[in-house]
Order: sequence, then structure tokens, then C-alpha cells
Amino acid sequence: MVRIAFTANLRRHLPCPVLQAEGETVAEALAAAFAGNPRLRGYVLDDQSRLRRHVVLYLNGRQAKLEAPLAEGDEIYVMQALSGG
Amino acid sequence: MTELLCVSTRKGLFLFEREGAGWEIRRTAFLGDSVSLAYLDPRSGRLFAALKLGHFGAKLHLSEDRGASWREIACPAFPQEGDKEGPSVLEIWTLAAGPDATLWAGTIGGGLFRSGDGGESWALVEGLWNHPKRAAWIGGGNDAPAVHSLCIDPKDPRRLALAVSCGGVWQSADAGESWRVTSAGMYAEFMPPERAEDPAIQDVHQMVQCRAAPQSFWAQHHNGVFRSTDGAASWREVTAIRPSKFGFAVAVHPEDPKRAWFVPAIKDECRIPADGALVVARTTDGGESFDVLRGGLPQRHAYDLVLRHALAIDEPGKSLAMGSTSGHLWLSQDQGENWKLLAGHLPPIHALGFAQV
Repeated sequence: MVRIAFTANLRRHLPCPVLQAEGETVAEALAAAFAGNPRLRGYVLDDQSRLRRHVVLYLNGRQAKLEAPLAEGDEIYVMQALSGG
Repeated sequence: MTELLCVSTRKGLFLFEREGAGWEIRRTAFLGDSVSLAYLDPRSGRLFAALKLGHFGAKLHLSEDRGASWREIACPAFPQEGDKEGPSVLEIWTLAAGPDATLWAGTIGGGLFRSGDGGESWALVEGLWNHPKRAAWIGGGNDAPAVHSLCIDPKDPRRLALAVSCGGVWQSADAGESWRVTSAGMYAEFMPPERAEDPAIQDVHQMVQCRAAPQSFWAQHHNGVFRSTDGAASWREVTAIRPSKFGFAVAVHPEDPKRAWFVPAIKDECRIPADGALVVARTTDGGESFDVLRGGLPQRHAYDLVLRHALAIDEPGKSLAMGSTSGHLWLSQDQGENWKLLAGHLPPIHALGFAQV
């Protein structure tokens, strides 16, 4: 079980509380999160299930890719990249 | 009957309503977010707003009470290809509904999408996407090709015409099943000479169709103004346009196919009004001649650019509205002779649309 938290800026657009999810990789854990909140998927991933260009993932405080493997108790933060104005 | 003017901006949607002789902002929505366009389906009264969230992508919202409340609905999306290079919708750039209630969405990304349930679900129009000549499309000012103009024949909704930047003019006579490219007569100075007349790479900035004369189309192209009188099958350059042939926006009178308006600018990378004076060019004779209209518009150090969706005419053909990247919104009640500033401190304006509800 891992913990997933989302940037506060996402809460302007839809509910996305901190949650616990299962998965072997970041992508699998996020997929579990999207199963309970289908709209959230399109905010984090694009049409081809790639991480959106201006979204960034942190795993235990280090930037990570969707393919990164997970261990029990890991923490994922879904943040917006600092871009735009 | 309420007259509505939807003003979509870089930082929100502003809904103006006519109040006697004037217009007032009645509602705002999505403040802080970039609104690509708003579209009111005249038959259903449903109001759609397309958003481009800087971090979180393209989104689509629906209001069934003229903007008092909104809910997010499905956004068009490409099918998953299992390919890291596969396409994605970057922005919704045109919405149009036909009399059969089909809703169409053109996107930056190049996809045309169709919804049969009022925008609750979408399907890629495969006949266009899989056309062999579609592969020639290139981005023009955007990261990907953009479907920005969609004309549904008012007399036969199975006949569709769309324009792509950069991909030329395309038509379907069978409600989107099959497509052909029909840009003959256009030319592209931005291409190598041997590709200049390639119909599938033409940078049409905007295309409009006359409601009363559906065979008549106008196009503001990167390299000039073009007109078609044969249902967009072929195009003739209109060389009388002044003060410059570059621009983004065009509007045609709904009843008079020879009457059209443009907002010329200095071309290519500059994209500012010539001599710092904002003007509207109007023809009333099918492009044989143009009037350069300045009444009420800034004529010194004006750097307002009017983007392709930011010049609008209402359904009766009486009111014109124009919005700029500098956040100025003007209205004309006399066919463009004189303009009145409705708002001067809006965010950069992307798109305007009149509606009656």
C-alpha cells in the first residue's frame, strides 16, 4: 500500500483527497486511484497515458517516472511543473 | 429572447447580455483559467466552454442555464495506440452543432471528433484522420496541426467543410464518413516552391460560410484572402484587401455573401497592426474593393491583434464584435463603420460568439 497526494491546484478543478493505493509501479498505483475517480485520469495523463508535459511526479521526495517500482509505505506526490503564467 | 455575447479569454469566460442599448457583463466563469472558446448550440440552448488548463490539459464544460452553473463533461480524446508517439488533444479549437444534434469538435492535435449525445462521449472521425493526405499536415503557430473552422451546410447538414492550420480545406458530403481536400487556388509562400500549391499544407487561418448562400466561402489565409463561390471546391485570391493581406479573422454577413470583414495585420512574426493603427477592412462587392474602417478604433500606438475566433457577427447580421489580445472588446452596430469600446481591461481575448437564448 502506498500513499498518493495531489497538488492543491488540482483541487480547484476536482476533488482529489490523499488516498492509499496498491500497485507494483507508480502507474499501477495511479490507475487504482483513477478507478475511484475517473475524471482525475485526464488531469494527470494525456490521451496516450503519458504523464502530462506539465505534471511532475515525486516518489519519496525524488522525481520519478510512471514506470518506477514501488515498495510498501512509499509516498507519491502528483505536482504541477513550474511553468506557465 | 436574450442576446448573449460570449467572450472567451486567457483568464476566464465573460458573458455579456444586451441591456437596452448597451451590453453588460452578466456572468463570469472559470476566472483564472484559459478559455479557448464558448459555443452555444442554438437549437438546444446548451452552452459549452472549452478550457485549456496550462498543466492539466484540455477540458470541456457544459451549462444548461446560460452560464449560471457548469459541469465538466467528456473531452474529445484520441484512441490509445500503445505508441509513445501517439497523438493527444492539446486544445479544443472549434465546436459546431448540426440540425441533427450531432456535435462536432475540431482540435489542436488535428483530430476532428463527433458526439451523438451532446458531448457526453466522443469518437474520432476516422475517415479524416486516416486519410493518406492528412499525414502532410503540419503545425502552424501551434505544436500540432489545428482544426479551427467547421462549416455545416445550413441546407444539407451532411455537407461539412473544415479548415486546418496547416492542412488546407477539407470537405465531406456524407456526414464525415469520407473526405477530400479542396484547397485549389491557394498557395503557401512559407513552403519550398515545389510544395507551395500542395493543397494539404495550406495555412488557412479561418474559413467562414454564408448562411443564405452556402456555396460562398471566405478564407483568411497566412498568405492572403481567398474566396470561393463554388462550395469551397476552388479558391480565388482577393488581392484588393488593404492595408495588408495577413490577418487571422474573417466574418461574412449571414444574408449577403459579398459582404465580409477582416482585421489586417503585419504578417508573419510581427503580428501587429500596420502603422500602429487598428482597422477593419470591409468589402461589400465580393472582394473587388475594400473600405478601411477606423471609426472608434485606436489609431496611434495600438498593438491589438484580433485572433481567428475573435471577430463575430450576430445571426441577423446587425451587430459585429471584435476582441483583441490586449483585452479590448469593441462592438459595431453599423456594419463596422463605427466601433464602441465595451470593455478595455479584459484578459487577452481568444474568441467571441453571439447567441440568442
